[in-house]
Amino acid sequence: MFEAIAFYLFAFLTIAMFYITVTTSQALYALTALAAGMIFISAFFFILGADFLGAVQIIVYTGAVMAIYAFGMMFFDTTRDVKEKQGNKFIVVGLSTLAAVLVVLIFVAPMLSTNMTAFYPTIEGAGNTQEVGMVLFTKYLIPFEVAAVMLLVAMVAGIVLAGKKMDLSLTLMTQAEIDAAKKEQDKKVLS
Amino acid sequence: MMEIGLNHYLILSTILFAIGLVGIMRRKNLLLLFFATEILLNSVNIAFAAISHYYGDLTGQMFAFFVIAIAASEVAVGLGLLIVWFKRHGNVDLDTMSTMRG
Repeated sequence: MFEAIAFYLFAFLTIAMFYITVTTSQALYALTALAAGMIFISAFFFILGADFLGAVQIIVYTGAVMAIYAFGMMFFDTTRDVKEKQGNKFIVVGLSTLAAVLVVLIFVAPMLSTNMTAFYPTIEGAGNTQEVGMVLFTKYLIPFEVAAVMLLVAMVAGIVLAGKKMDLSLTLMTQAEIDAAKKEQDKKVLS
Repeated sequence: MMEIGLNHYLILSTILFAIGLVGIMRRKNLLLLFFATEILLNSVNIAFAAISHYYGDLTGQMFAFFVIAIAASEVAVGLGLLIVWFKRHGNVDLDTMSTMRG
């Protein structure tokens, strides 16, 4: 009973927030609606008994990803309205629905075709976090390490791309000034 | 109706995925396209967690963790590239990114 009420409440809230995200013309509204939607999605994970996943969702998405977006938006001109494509609305909605149904069918097809049994069944008498740790550090150790390396690469890429020449604004400089700055930098690298 | 099953979660996942795809198709601003991408990844995460719960299998949750890790690194690299583009050109609209058009 309470599960049903919680499910319908959070389903409505999530859909409303994400609808605002894709339809609003203000980038800041889109950002805040997306952050709210992420938190509401973590409620589904708590309902489903995936406590650790819900905590990770709140920490990573609303804590890290949305903070990065908020900092990134300080570089952009977010006060003006966002222009949108003026296409055929029916084609857009139709194609989207078709693709979404296809994705769900891809999920459901293996379950319908065979008698599916649990590959890594849940362990009796262990909490969700404990189970996740047991499976993650035995069966999925290599993907875990690879994901760590990938996050390191992403961090280096982010620093190199965004952190270079924070004191200059390339848009306010003329092409000649940019070339001069580049030449100067080459000299610095050479010396 | 009152008993929440796997189908409910899959339908919710479908709706959210459709919303994300509509966002991808109608947005021009690259920053808002990134937002729509986050919606897609999150809708798939819900499906993974629901299947993991209803089949008593932890593999779905593991995949959801890796999806979250990929989303985080995608944001770091994508936003860095976007900042570089904005410093050079002054906007992040898709229409201006046509330097490779034949």
